[in-house]
Amino acid sequence: MNSAAIWALTQRELIRFLRQRTRIIGAVGQPIIFWVLFGAGLRTSFKAPSWAEALPHAMSYQEYFLPGVAALIVLFTAIFSTISIIEDRREGFLQGILVAPVSRLAIVLSKLSAGTILALLQAGLFLLTGPLLSLVGLGAPMDVSWTIPRIMMATAFLALIAAELTALGFMIAWPMNSTQGFHAIMSIFLMPMWLVSGAFFPGGDSGWLFWLIRINPLTYGVAGLRRLLYEQTLPVTPELPSMTMCVSVTLLTTVILTLLSGWQVSRASVRNAA
Amino acid sequence: MSNVAVQAENLSYAYAERQALTNVNFAVEAGALFGLLGPNGSGKTTLFRLLSTLIPMQTGQLWVCGLDVNAQQSEVRRQLGVTFQSPAVDVRLTVSENLQCHGSVYGMSGRELRSRTAEMLDRFQIADRAKTIVGQLSGGLKRRVELAKGMMHSPKVLLLDEPTSGLDPRARQEFWELLVAQVKSQGTTVILATHLMTEAELCDQLLLLDRGQNVAFGSPADLQNRVSGERLTLKVRDAAACQSSIEQLLKCRSVVVGNQISLRVDNPAEHITAVLGGFRDQILGLELTRPSLEDVFLELTGRPLIGSGAEHE
Repeated sequence: MNSAAIWALTQRELIRFLRQRTRIIGAVGQPIIFWVLFGAGLRTSFKAPSWAEALPHAMSYQEYFLPGVAALIVLFTAIFSTISIIEDRREGFLQGILVAPVSRLAIVLSKLSAGTILALLQAGLFLLTGPLLSLVGLGAPMDVSWTIPRIMMATAFLALIAAELTALGFMIAWPMNSTQGFHAIMSIFLMPMWLVSGAFFPGGDSGWLFWLIRINPLTYGVAGLRRLLYEQTLPVTPELPSMTMCVSVTLLTTVILTLLSGWQVSRASVRNAA
Repeated sequence: MSNVAVQAENLSYAYAERQALTNVNFAVEAGALFGLLGPNGSGKTTLFRLLSTLIPMQTGQLWVCGLDVNAQQSEVRRQLGVTFQSPAVDVRLTVSENLQCHGSVYGMSGRELRSRTAEMLDRFQIADRAKTIVGQLSGGLKRRVELAKGMMHSPKVLLLDEPTSGLDPRARQEFWELLVAQVKSQGTTVILATHLMTEAELCDQLLLLDRGQNVAFGSPADLQNRVSGERLTLKVRDAAACQSSIEQLLKCRSVVVGNQISLRVDNPAEHITAVLGGFRDQILGLELTRPSLEDVFLELTGRPLIGSGAEHE
C-alpha cells in the first residue's frame, strides 16, 4: 500500500516540475553555461592531474569539468526538489500528508524518488549530449564515447548520487521555515561541498584542501562518475578513489541520510502543525 | 459507549511558552456534527492538532473510534479526514489529480480510485472543473475540492478547522449545504472548529472553549436556555462613564464591549422605559434580543466571542 502512496506522491512532484518550466532552466541552464564559460576561460591555465596521463589524449579542462557539471546539475535538481518541502509546509499540503496513514519513511522516499528521476533525466541528457557541444565550437573535443553497458552503469551510479543529494537536501529543508534559509545553506554549505569534491578543480597532493576533498562524500560520487566516462581503467590516486570505494561511500552515505530524514519526519512535533 | 466517535479525558497541552489546553473533557456521538466554539487562542487549533495526530499527546487521553490516539496513531489516521485552515490542496494540480493523489495515499488504486474520484467530483458538484488547475479556482470552489478530498477515503470522523474562513457569505452557505448533505448521508462524524455563531448554531453539539478550558457543553438550544430573560444592548456615547449608574438604576450587572453595554433583563419593557428616562442623551441606540450563543459565551466567561473587546486581543 505504501508503494502506491510513494508513487502517487512521486507523480505529483513530476507533474509539478513539468508545470514549472523555469525549474528546468535553473537546474540545467546554469551548469551548462558554467561548463562552456569556465571551459573556455580556464583552458590554458589548467594542469591535468597525474591520473590523466593514463588517457591516450591530453585532457582539456572542459573534459575534466564534465562529471563535475553533471554533479552540479544533480545538486541543483536535488535542491529544487527538496526546497518544495518548505513550500508544501507553508501551503498546507504537507500537513495533509502527515495526517495520512502512510509510513513516515514513505514520505521521504517519495521525495527521493522524484528528485532522483528528475536529476537522472537532466544530468543524463547532459552527459550524453554535452560532449557534442564541441561540434559547434563551444567545447574542446573530448574522447568520451558511450557504450550501452557503460551508459547503464553510469545511469545507475548517477541515480545513486541523485538519491544521496536529495536525501541531504531533505534533511536540510525539513526543519526550515523559509526558502531564504535554504538558499543561505546552499551558498555556504552545498556549493562549497561541490567545489571541494574534485568537480571543479583537482585537489593536489597535500594540505587542508587535500583532506577536505578526501572526507567529502561527494568526492566519491564525482570520481565514480569520472571513471565511468572512460573505457580504460584509470589508476587509483588519493583524489581518484577506486570504483568499489566510490560505490561503497556513496551507497553508505545515501542510506544514512535517508534514515536520518525518516527519523526527522517521524518525530511528531509542534513544527508539523506550523 | 459504542456510539461515541471521539472522546477526550483530562486533555492538557502546553507549548514552550504557554498553556494551550487545561483538563478538557468531551465526548462526541457517532454521526454528530460537533462544534468547537471559542475565540482565537481558546485552544481550538491545539485540540485539532492533537486529534489529527500532528502533535504528540502530553497529558490526558484521546480516543477516536475507540482507538487510542497516542498508541494507535496510524489506525487513527485511517479513520480521519482532515481539512486545515490553510488549504491542503496542491494548487498546481488539477482537481481530479488532487483527488487521485489523495486516494492513492490512502491506499486506493485502479478502478476503485477512478470511480471514487468521479463520484466525489459529482457529489461535490465540481465535475465540470475536474481538469482545471486548482490554483485557478475561486476560494469557494477550492474549499469544495478540499472537502471532497477530505471525504474521498470515506473517513469515519471528519475534522474541519474553520473551513469557511475567507469565504463570502454565499460561498459559505453553499459549502454548508454540501457539507451537511454529504456527512448526513454518509453518517460521518464531524468535528468543526469555528468562531462563527452562524456556523455554531448549525451544529448538533457544541463545546465552548475559553483560554484552553471547557466552558460549557450541549446543543445550541440547551446552551441558549442557560441564559434566562432577554439581552438588552445599549449603544452609548461613553460606556465607561455611565455603566455603573445604569447598573444601579436597573439593578443588574452588565458587560461592556466597545461603546455597547449589554445587560440581561427579565422585564424588558420596564427596563427600557427606565433607562430611556434616565440616560436619554447618552443612548445612541438600543436592541432587544433573545439570548444567542454569543450571550452564552459572554455570560459564562465575561468575554466576547468575537468583536472589539480590548481583552480579546
